Amino acid sequence: MTAVSISGLTKTFTKGNVTALQGIDLEIQPGEFVSLIGPSGCGKSTLLRVIGDLTPPTEGTVEVNGKPAPRARRDHDYGMVFQDSVLFDWRTVARNVGLPLELLGWDRAKRKERVDEMLRLVELESFGDHNPWQLSGGMQMRVAIARALSFEPAILLMDEPFGALDEMTRERLNIELLEIWRRMQSTVVFVTHSISEAVFLSTRVVVMSPRPGRVAGVVDVDLPQPRTTDTREEPRFFELVTAVRELLRGVGAEEHGSVTAETAL
Amino acid sequence: MSVVLQPTPRGTVVKEIRTRAANWIPAIVVFFAAIALWQLAIDAFNIQKFLLPKPAAIASAFWTQRSTLWSAGWLTLKEALGGFAIGSAAGIAFALVLARFGRIAAALMPIAIAANAIPIIAFSPIFNAWFDPLSPAPRMATAAVLCFFPVFVNTLRGLHSVRPSQIELMRSYAAGELEIFRRVRVPTALPFLFAALKVATVLAMIGAIVSDYFGTFGSLGITIKNSVSLFDFETAWAAILTASILGVAMYVAVSLVERTVLQWDPTRQERGTA
Repeated sequence: MTAVSISGLTKTFTKGNVTALQGIDLEIQPGEFVSLIGPSGCGKSTLLRVIGDLTPPTEGTVEVNGKPAPRARRDHDYGMVFQDSVLFDWRTVARNVGLPLELLGWDRAKRKERVDEMLRLVELESFGDHNPWQLSGGMQMRVAIARALSFEPAILLMDEPFGALDEMTRERLNIELLEIWRRMQSTVVFVTHSISEAVFLSTRVVVMSPRPGRVAGVVDVDLPQPRTTDTREEPRFFELVTAVRELLRGVGAEEHGSVTAETAL
Repeated sequence: MSVVLQPTPRGTVVKEIRTRAANWIPAIVVFFAAIALWQLAIDAFNIQKFLLPKPAAIASAFWTQRSTLWSAGWLTLKEALGGFAIGSAAGIAFALVLARFGRIAAALMPIAIAANAIPIIAFSPIFNAWFDPLSPAPRMATAAVLCFFPVFVNTLRGLHSVRPSQIELMRSYAAGELEIFRRVRVPTALPFLFAALKVATVLAMIGAIVSDYFGTFGSLGITIKNSVSLFDFETAWAAILTASILGVAMYVAVSLVERTVLQWDPTRQERGTA
């Protein structure tokens, strides 16, 4: 069974009559790590939101684990992480992580056990009693990831989660995220602006073109697992980065200057 | 945004009291300097006591008349507290109901804002006709109506001030409207609510005292009015002092509740003591 199956997807916003996505076909297998990359306005965030049933498609179908997307959302198949960590100030770090479990009706003891486990996973076990705003941006993002994974969703949807972080924090979180992905064996759909981040993290990179948003090409990333800091220095890594960049150049992304390749190339 | 690298224990109590006291020192110095200046200015410029009595004279009237003032104060405070409780509760209840039903809110909001501009205090004599003027009801009604609007408008605004990303996150967990309301909208509205409640304490006291002027036997308002007509300005000022103390006490009480309830609020932390 495919994790995500999209066919003939078109999304039009009635406000302004904008066609955000047109004729998207995409299949994602369980356990894949797929990045969506493209210039601003290519609809990559909209695509993610359609997959997550936060906005309905205008045409076409989206199936997740063989179910229509709205059904998958009701079944708690999605863990979402946004660019802004979206932590609730009135909840401690631990209670933020436990929020989805509360909504699922887990009892207190079971919840605490899982929350402790998740905080250990993101190496924040001593910060459970802190308020979110007492943590740095990178730590807040780790809390958001722990929260998204706490109820073991079938699929993790991430919308530029590391976009607001500095380069060093970003690279460290990239490695941590891959480790978590391997351990949880989840499926990840990851929206990013960064070519090197997309290549480093993914098993496949989906390059999108703007106005209307379409799939311009797909790059299979055959870099060996597990990936480490050394991966970024391998010749194959540079080849793949170049391949993605060529595709983006084809869709006019370079002129827009909205996609960054911030590796030392 | 503070970056905490190590889990820090909560600041020791002694240290906290010391910093807090240090924060208050400038305010206390200014307060007593102003009183001293007031006392000296009256002699220096030969100010008549019907314009402004000396602070020492007011203090002595406050002391000698303490039993009358406190019983008058207690009467007025009960009116203010009753009005505050009724008006705030109604404001919160209306806001909660209207936030749940957006269309009704859209229809009523302009009316509420327009009604807020009405000088409600002008209705005070009317309330004396509506309710038994010998009971505290008409004064409570004035205070309640005064408190209602800021609490209602602010709470409703707070309930609508939720970040869209927070709603999306809750929806991704398949949380229903009621769940979102309870876990996101209400906590978001709390800082707005407390800001309004603090304003309401002041309004409740104003409402009670001004209504007293229309003849509440043994109240603070009537004490002020009668003392002025008897040229007993020291007592009038002592009554004003009593009203001020009670008003500040109500404000401080709400602030203390706010402090406990909103411990999580980062904007409150940055402001420090308040």
